[in-house]
Amino acid sequence: MFIIDYIKDIFKGLKSLLTGMRVTGYYFTHHKEIITEQYPDNRATLKMADRFRGEVVMIHDENNEHACTGCSACELACPNGTIKIINKFELNAEGKKKKAIDTFIYHLELCTMCNLCVVACPTDTIKMEPNFEHSVYDRSKLTKVLNRPGSKIKAGVE
Amino acid sequence: MFEELGTTAEGDMLINIGPQHPATHGVLHLVMTLNGETIKKTEPHLGYIHRSIEKMCESLTYRQFVYVTSRMDYLSSHINNHGCSLAVEKAMQIEVPERAQVIRVIMDELTRIASHELWWGAMAMDLGAFTPFFYSFRERETITDIMEETCGARLTMNYICPGGVMMDLHPDFQKRVKSFISLFKSKFDEYNELVTGNIIFQNRMKGVGVLSKEDAISYGCTGPTARGSGVSSDIRKLYPYEVYSKVQFDEVLETGGDSFSRYMVRINEMLQSIKIIEQLIDNIPEGEFQAKTKAVLKLPKGEFYQRVETARGELGIYIVSEGGTTPHRIKFRSPGFSNLSALGHMVKGSKIGDLVATMGTLDLVIPDIDR
Repeated sequence: MFIIDYIKDIFKGLKSLLTGMRVTGYYFTHHKEIITEQYPDNRATLKMADRFRGEVVMIHDENNEHACTGCSACELACPNGTIKIINKFELNAEGKKKKAIDTFIYHLELCTMCNLCVVACPTDTIKMEPNFEHSVYDRSKLTKVLNRPGSKIKAGVE
Repeated sequence: MFEELGTTAEGDMLINIGPQHPATHGVLHLVMTLNGETIKKTEPHLGYIHRSIEKMCESLTYRQFVYVTSRMDYLSSHINNHGCSLAVEKAMQIEVPERAQVIRVIMDELTRIASHELWWGAMAMDLGAFTPFFYSFRERETITDIMEETCGARLTMNYICPGGVMMDLHPDFQKRVKSFISLFKSKFDEYNELVTGNIIFQNRMKGVGVLSKEDAISYGCTGPTARGSGVSSDIRKLYPYEVYSKVQFDEVLETGGDSFSRYMVRINEMLQSIKIIEQLIDNIPEGEFQAKTKAVLKLPKGEFYQRVETARGELGIYIVSEGGTTPHRIKFRSPGFSNLSALGHMVKGSKIGDLVATMGTLDLVIPDIDR
């Protein structure tokens, strides 16, 4: 009887194997079910989600003006020391000294895209961009200055 | 500490499995004593991916330490963040708006499905079936797309924060979750057809890696590992948090205690998660998604503990506060560590081929064990 059970088991196994193969066969013959995207080839049509967190950027308007007051709230909120803000003092129209940012240093190589700096910013100056292609040949290229050269603070932002 | 590898005085063989073995899913290192093909002793060696997250948390503020916990059990990162946020809210007595509570629970259950999908594919791959991996990742991809749209990231989200959630839901969220539910239901039969109903698979799983109810309790197993042995251990049922007390779902229990029981628990848990999401997705209340909190959180002096049910079992977060802006000490009770400690007992006396079948159903995530 052992032999009969053994042979029965083999046929049962074969039958369940074929049941599973039916699923595989279905997808083998139905090409419109394929959902794979060929990544580097589809870069022209690739659309990332708007909220995707790829890197921190500073928003500049058409007059090359930003809203950063240099309050360092993002620097304090960052858990990794990714952001470093260097401030300077400018003379305003009335001849008074006023704090303004000199350089907004952003270390992309340390950033974990946790979004805490964007949440902390009181003037919504920085935001996350969905750009995710960051590979470079030299690590120092990942250290970025976010305020554009010659840019200054918008009028009316305190 | 390490015995020299090779043959022992009794004629047993000492071999290493891992830390770089494809079946151990990460850097798990098992030192095994074998008599022929029979396992006599299994000893896990940990520490290959220790990042001292608990110590790191001591220098981070209560807003910052939440994001680090995504890196522990990266497959249920939402639930880790949820637990930490709950612990901080419990200490500060912050009232979370109902909208945020519902969003959090939906996100938790989506994460649980995604985690179980990955486990299902990876476990079938361990046993030699390669195609299930692609099918499970096909559905998992839909969930990660939903996460990407709303939370902005695919794996380490940092979406749940003390006081609520970081951003409001994406306008398309409800539509996309509903289409995922119908997609998942139509594809779920394929899973059973491919793997669960397969006789070869069942023969490899039934009666393998048996863990009795008493042993499951004494080893401190939680989650699907304990529920496969008939231990009722679902934190969502026993100590409900957020809106879990208001939704209808069953705690999945199997009494076999073998690998197949654990397999069935996880398969059926996916359906229960779908059931929870279906009840909540049309009833997301309007209102604020975040409670008004101060920019710098200060916890009162004392000790606080919060437990949540991750995809692998009970995660405990223990915070000791001295009254400052950073915790004095943080301890995480991770589910994987206790479940792994039962592995040696489960595989003792069985053949080495059954080790993979047992380890696959434990659903080990090594960064969660090592932290």
